[in-house]
Amino acid sequence: MSSSSPARPAPPVKRETFSSRRLFILSAIGSAVGLGNIWRFPYIAYDNGGGAFLIPYLVALLTAGIPLLFLDYAVGHKFRGSAPLAYRRLHRAAEPLGWWQVLVCFVIAAYYAVIIAWALMYTIFSFTEAWGDDAEGFFFGNFLGVAEAPGLGFDFIPSVFFPLLLIWAAVILIMVAGIRKGISRANAVLLPLLVAMFVLLVIQALFLPGAAQGLNAFFTPDWSALADPSVWAAAYGHIFFSLSVGYGIMVTYSSYLKRRTDLTGSGMVVAFSNSGFEILAGIGVFAALGFMAQAAGTGVNDVVTQGIGLAFVAFPTIVSQAPFGAVMGVLFFGSLVFAGITSLISVLEVIVAAVQDKLGWGRIKASLVVSILVAAVSLAFFPTATGLYLLDTSDAFVNSFGITLGALVTVVVLAWFLRKLPLLSAHLNRISTVKMRGTWMVLVAAVVPLALIYMVANEFISKISTTYEGYPDWFVGVFGWGMSAALVVLALVLTFIPWSRSSKAHDDPEYDAVVEEDAKETAL
Amino acid sequence: MTPIAITMMIIAILTVWGGLVLALVNLQRHPEDEGALPEEHAPEL
Repeated sequence: MSSSSPARPAPPVKRETFSSRRLFILSAIGSAVGLGNIWRFPYIAYDNGGGAFLIPYLVALLTAGIPLLFLDYAVGHKFRGSAPLAYRRLHRAAEPLGWWQVLVCFVIAAYYAVIIAWALMYTIFSFTEAWGDDAEGFFFGNFLGVAEAPGLGFDFIPSVFFPLLLIWAAVILIMVAGIRKGISRANAVLLPLLVAMFVLLVIQALFLPGAAQGLNAFFTPDWSALADPSVWAAAYGHIFFSLSVGYGIMVTYSSYLKRRTDLTGSGMVVAFSNSGFEILAGIGVFAALGFMAQAAGTGVNDVVTQGIGLAFVAFPTIVSQAPFGAVMGVLFFGSLVFAGITSLISVLEVIVAAVQDKLGWGRIKASLVVSILVAAVSLAFFPTATGLYLLDTSDAFVNSFGITLGALVTVVVLAWFLRKLPLLSAHLNRISTVKMRGTWMVLVAAVVPLALIYMVANEFISKISTTYEGYPDWFVGVFGWGMSAALVVLALVLTFIPWSRSSKAHDDPEYDAVVEEDAKETAL
Repeated sequence: MTPIAITMMIIAILTVWGGLVLALVNLQRHPEDEGALPEEHAPEL
């Protein structure tokens, strides 16, 4: 394919590739399957119609999630670059979109690692059931030592700081080793392990007394929910976050794919694996919650929860009460650690790839500098008494005004201003088995933006009408609104910083050969 | 479990995992085009 011209002075370093389609698919699934699949989906489904939620969920997957996934694939694979370089090659004016996504990834990586560190500690705590009779008091008090009021303090909590340091050390090793030896290998080991552990966990949960009541609560359909627009919004919202689309990850990963790869065929496997894992998580989590309700003599609706409350309060309670609870705890928290790490490395790769491209640095230098910088921010701000408030605020705002708003602007710019969808559709259809033509363009240009506008507007109204979580105004102003706005400003600043002379933006024979070949193929 | 919950569980599993099986079968039918892969491999690091 990319035969290089015979007269080239110094052979530039070739762009790394996934050595096989299988490894790309594994890595993309590893990225998509994260904490949200385990602790968010079950609650969202339960809260939005139970079994009836399947319908809006599948509709959202097919009309928005998968089309957006393929948009990311097309941009990354056609333009063969990190998010900023790929968007720049698509159109000069689109470069800030890439930097915005890189910065969103920076914020996410900094706090996401902290949750993995908690899960790591809880894997160990499971052996002794260290939380005793009061899982909630233990988590917020003894373990996190949460301060009474939000603020910015540097009152470090060693039991979080050191596991976090360990997580970063492991992640830095993976990042430095690169796409083939690091990311591919980590996913090839951790993802099968995650699935195996989670299947065992689900089987164990299904044998607990009360599991059937939990599954009844999860699957009994409330058909009236289908008439409620907020249920549909919840489905679209969940699908966007679950598939890791719209913030550079899939652009970056697909840029490492070999040229003649079946993009859509591979993407279908990724999308359905992600959903398949969510359904499995729903079954496991609700079987366990059914047991918890039965043990407490209450209804499932009294114990149901999501996120941190589900993982670090409800699950420890279940572990304490269940037969072979320690096994269950290790399987559950171990799954969170593995699901988290495979997602975290994909988020970091977005930043590493961008720095490599912009500054023309090698893999080792770029991955070391980026990972250590993100690790330093993560270690300085989050394993502290006020870290939980900061984590909560940055997560809420980066999701709403980083990922969602960013995806909206990207889709509108690509589809409506630059009108690149026909070009990207042609790229997808060149090799791929599942063709993306007119319907795909309509979905990306109309359905996806409409769903995103609705979500951004909803978030904006809810966050402007009351101060987030009742935290102090200055705190939400700085770490919520201020941070979200700073990402946009910084994205523009980074765009104006010139690309290094040795950057691939200036000299990339490999990419030039691809463009030439594409042009020949189109001419035929 | 109630019959309606069981029914919805089976439908959910069949559609989502069925979709995964179909996607895998489709991919299997179109093996990677090894002949067209670049001859020279990217360096490992």
